[in-house]
Amino acid sequence: MYGGTAEPNGAAPDIISFGDVHFTWPGKNAFALAIERFALPARERVLLIGPSGSGKSTFLSLLCGILAPQAGRIEILGRELTRLGAAARDAFRAEHFGIIFQMFNLLPYGSVIDNVLLPLSFAPGRRKRATATGSAAEEAQRLLARLGLEEAHLHDRSAANLSVGQQQRVAAARALIGAPEIIVADEPTSALDRDRQDAFLDLLFAEVSAAGATLIMVSHDRSLAPRFDRVLRLAEIAKTTAAHLGAAA
Amino acid sequence: MIVLRLALKSLVNRWITALLTIVTIAASVVLLLGVEEVRTGARQSFADTISGTDLIVGARSGGLNLLLYSVFRIGNATNNVTWQSYKDIAARPEVAWIVPLSLGDSHHGFRVLGTSTDYFTHYKYRATHGLSFVAGGPFSDLFDAVIGAEVADKLGYKIGDPIVLQHGLGEVSFLEHDDKPFRVAGILERTGTPVDRTVHVSLEAITAIHVDWQSGARIPGQSVPAEEVRKMDLTPKDITAALVGLKSKLAAFRLQRAINEYRAEPLSAILPGAALQELWGLVGTAETALRIVSAMVVATALLGMLTMILSTLNERRREMAILRSVGARPRTVLGLLMAEAGVLTAVGVALGIMLLYAALFLARPYVDAAYGLHLPIAPLKPDAWATLGTIVLAGCIAGLLPALRAYRLSLADGMTVRT
Repeated sequence: MYGGTAEPNGAAPDIISFGDVHFTWPGKNAFALAIERFALPARERVLLIGPSGSGKSTFLSLLCGILAPQAGRIEILGRELTRLGAAARDAFRAEHFGIIFQMFNLLPYGSVIDNVLLPLSFAPGRRKRATATGSAAEEAQRLLARLGLEEAHLHDRSAANLSVGQQQRVAAARALIGAPEIIVADEPTSALDRDRQDAFLDLLFAEVSAAGATLIMVSHDRSLAPRFDRVLRLAEIAKTTAAHLGAAA
Repeated sequence: MIVLRLALKSLVNRWITALLTIVTIAASVVLLLGVEEVRTGARQSFADTISGTDLIVGARSGGLNLLLYSVFRIGNATNNVTWQSYKDIAARPEVAWIVPLSLGDSHHGFRVLGTSTDYFTHYKYRATHGLSFVAGGPFSDLFDAVIGAEVADKLGYKIGDPIVLQHGLGEVSFLEHDDKPFRVAGILERTGTPVDRTVHVSLEAITAIHVDWQSGARIPGQSVPAEEVRKMDLTPKDITAALVGLKSKLAAFRLQRAINEYRAEPLSAILPGAALQELWGLVGTAETALRIVSAMVVATALLGMLTMILSTLNERRREMAILRSVGARPRTVLGLLMAEAGVLTAVGVALGIMLLYAALFLARPYVDAAYGLHLPIAPLKPDAWATLGTIVLAGCIAGLLPALRAYRLSLADGMTVRT
């Protein structure tokens, strides 16, 4: 999939680019979002600062292909997302994105391992990579161990029994399994206390680097800024016109 | 596939509501199939009660009434058939055999049937089954009685026991034929027909116990002792009805017409099958009503399932957002919810079938004893399978409603994980 763009020597090419993107939520009190230009090179770690109501959720939905803009062009990994149908976008997301939410990341009735393996059902390419050296379950266990969940007895436990910090690490393992190119994290540490935030980010950064992935993290917490290659304010990227802030925040 | 396994786990996670839903559907299926089983069982039972008899002759009345009182011991004859008419019919060339029936007395609530010994050879049920004796044999003496299996069971009679017949048909009668007691001469094998609930005596015995009676009461001051009676001419004056077997079934309509046009007295002859059809026509409306009610119970159960799934939808928006984020298509989410409804319905139907057979197995002896209804335990008929298939299909379609709602929610939620 990545092969569409040849990688020139030196500077990494842009793997994400938005051009004149316009999106309006359907309905009367339409919340609209416009992005004139936004581009990211590969392997960067980017922090997007955006308070609630800044169109964060809409932006991420566009980026991951859950929503399609009414106008404009979104290109990711050389593929023009805006030319794909909904099903193709879903398949593309499964293959190339790992997503970590703020909280409630896991299916509570599934085991830890089940939760980590979940994306592989939708992404044959990631499954292939994850099983390159062994079984998918082994790869999941390796990732969990790297993320500080080495106790094997945890892996068969129901995800609902884990602490919030543990849950976020399982979510990170799920995002990372099969090495997708882009990791999107939506305030993944806001439910954690300071010490745990740092520990979580250390682990996450190490794994993202090891996988050679691009990390896009959204947060309203500026204090995280020093750890990132680049810090952007969502308000600078996206112009929103909101009749009702709540509609898409 | 992991997604299906997780969907199943999600269902197991909500096992109490899921189980209740399944049980509700199962109960409705038991009702639906049970009504059908009882209906066909009742029809079969009725149809099996009399076979081999080509015509039933009685005083002029409705065909159904004649069938009901002569064979099923339900209701009473409006009038009698004179002995002369009986002999005239018996003498007709088409007639192979004729069995007289005389009703009107009872014994502890069981009806007494005066007949000839031919009854035991010519009465047939369940197509070809004839009557046979568990003990003893047909009556040989004037005051001999042959009792049905249930009479013997309920009253604990054995061969040789004396019994006293009661005048009239009440369970408790103050008018007893106690001056002329009978002796149990034979006990019939169980047939699942009204024969089980009948005390059979000879036609002459019926005459004998009524010689000193008039208009339903004993003639005051006149009592003919049993020994005297034996010397009297006991040819009956009249009988209630007669079963007729023909040499050729083709003659049935001809003889029927002849009897219906009989000059000396107004008579009716009926074909048992035709009269049964009349009965089905009569109860058909009630059957349809029952079926509609049970179909509505099934619909209610499916609505219950719908409510259950819809009520969990909000808390499951998170689950759907997660599935969407890992690349599940909205169609997958829709499919999962429909599959959930389908699985619940299918399990409910399967449980219903099991419960139905368990219920049939347990209730059969009781229903047989209490209503003489022989419920067959047989594999489900193609009709029943079609009905069950329709229910599962309806379940899936009912699941479409929450599924479509989930589909819309998951599209609208986008990447937001709602709590």
